[in-house]
Amino acid sequence: MATVIIPTPLRKFTQQQSRVQVKGNSLQEALEELTRNYPDLRKNLLDENGKLRNFVNVFVGEEDVRNLQNELTPLQEESVISIVPAIAGGNIV
Amino acid sequence: MSFKNVSFSKEELARYNRHIIIPDFGLEAQQKLKAAKVLVIGSGGLGSPLLLYLAAAGVGTIGIVDFDVVDESNLQRQVLFGVDDVGKPKTEAARKRLQSINPFIQINTYNTQLTSQNALALISEYDVVADGTDNFPTRYLVNDACVLAGKPNVYASIFQFEGQVSVFNYTDKTGNTGPNYRDLYPTPPPPGLVPNCAEGGVLGVLPGIIGSLQANEVIKVITSIGEPLSGRFFVFDALTFETRILKITKRSDTPVIRELIDYEQFCGVKAVERKIKEITVEEFIRWQQSGEDIQVIDVREPAEYDEVNIGALLIPLATVTERAGEISRDKKVVVHCKMGGRSAKAIRELEDKFGFGNLYNLKGGITAYLQEANTVTNS
Repeated sequence: MATVIIPTPLRKFTQQQSRVQVKGNSLQEALEELTRNYPDLRKNLLDENGKLRNFVNVFVGEEDVRNLQNELTPLQEESVISIVPAIAGGNIV
Repeated sequence: MSFKNVSFSKEELARYNRHIIIPDFGLEAQQKLKAAKVLVIGSGGLGSPLLLYLAAAGVGTIGIVDFDVVDESNLQRQVLFGVDDVGKPKTEAARKRLQSINPFIQINTYNTQLTSQNALALISEYDVVADGTDNFPTRYLVNDACVLAGKPNVYASIFQFEGQVSVFNYTDKTGNTGPNYRDLYPTPPPPGLVPNCAEGGVLGVLPGIIGSLQANEVIKVITSIGEPLSGRFFVFDALTFETRILKITKRSDTPVIRELIDYEQFCGVKAVERKIKEITVEEFIRWQQSGEDIQVIDVREPAEYDEVNIGALLIPLATVTERAGEISRDKKVVVHCKMGGRSAKAIRELEDKFGFGNLYNLKGGITAYLQEANTVTNS
């Protein structure tokens, strides 16, 4: 089972969990399972075609998946997937 | 930066002694600090520790850009300011405090908003830029201006319990320039998707931690000691104490930055306000007094509601979709938040998803309402 680290702004979609375990041999499978379990995450991570949105960065280990094989990046049991969204301040409007 | 001719008075040498005696720092690094000009954009949560440490460390010229005034709600994290500063321009309060920490440095203040018109001229006068802003439009503006002006951009950002640090657009000794913010985030998240600041807030000590790391990177960039955080992206989670350093690279598939643009438009900030029905506080009060049956919805967070409310039904923004059934379809529904930003988003979401046509955004939010109510009571 790979581990997905959920960043603060997305935790409202994962019942405040900061780490989620997912099955999957590839990043695509892992993200499919993640967004199946937490459907509200989907529109924040994936577009209509199931591709990663361009304002969300995903890393496997310390590597940007764009420099690996994007959605097809293979995962190991101990893989750690980081989702890193753009953040800017904490003002309330 | 020509630092070789930089000299120090006896007082300065005493002041910087703990720097100078570090073998890998020495007098030379201190000379580089004194010769350096750093522009700090934003003197809030991140800018506070950043400015305090840069001033104390002896950065010779510090520029501060901020158009805000000190507010009571700043004091929970903006340790640069005290109670006496409330109501004063941040640039002025900052100058006073920094000059009392270190009278040997030059402080330039710009009590103005950084814009596409003034950014390049301002940034060009400095060696290093430190970005401590709290919104996407200014972040992209700072990034693009640094790329165009060829200046390193020491970046930090915070949200609730999470912080990020990196050094963007840094040119190393071999002449290679590292990635910038757009290599990581070519475009901002569209309004309504992650994470605008609708559910905001920040743990007060977090900018202290992250802003100090930012100061550390500024000093490394100036003095060329150590390895600046270029091509690397630091992420810190204060709740789990998890830290990660991720590798980032330049991307070839993003457009080249050629000029500064309208960043509010680019970030969709303007678009958020389009075509929803609004009512002013006065009209709203008139509706209430006329005895018209209206539903009032408050989309702020429960803690804000507990602090002050006007008896509305509380449905926090994040839950409007799932609780849409509680919102009337027959009578007029007035939706409000603190200032009107979140309620506008709520209305758009409800209109888009469920076809509501009876929702009115309260202009200026509960803040405007309470002000008006006060005026009425006092007169």
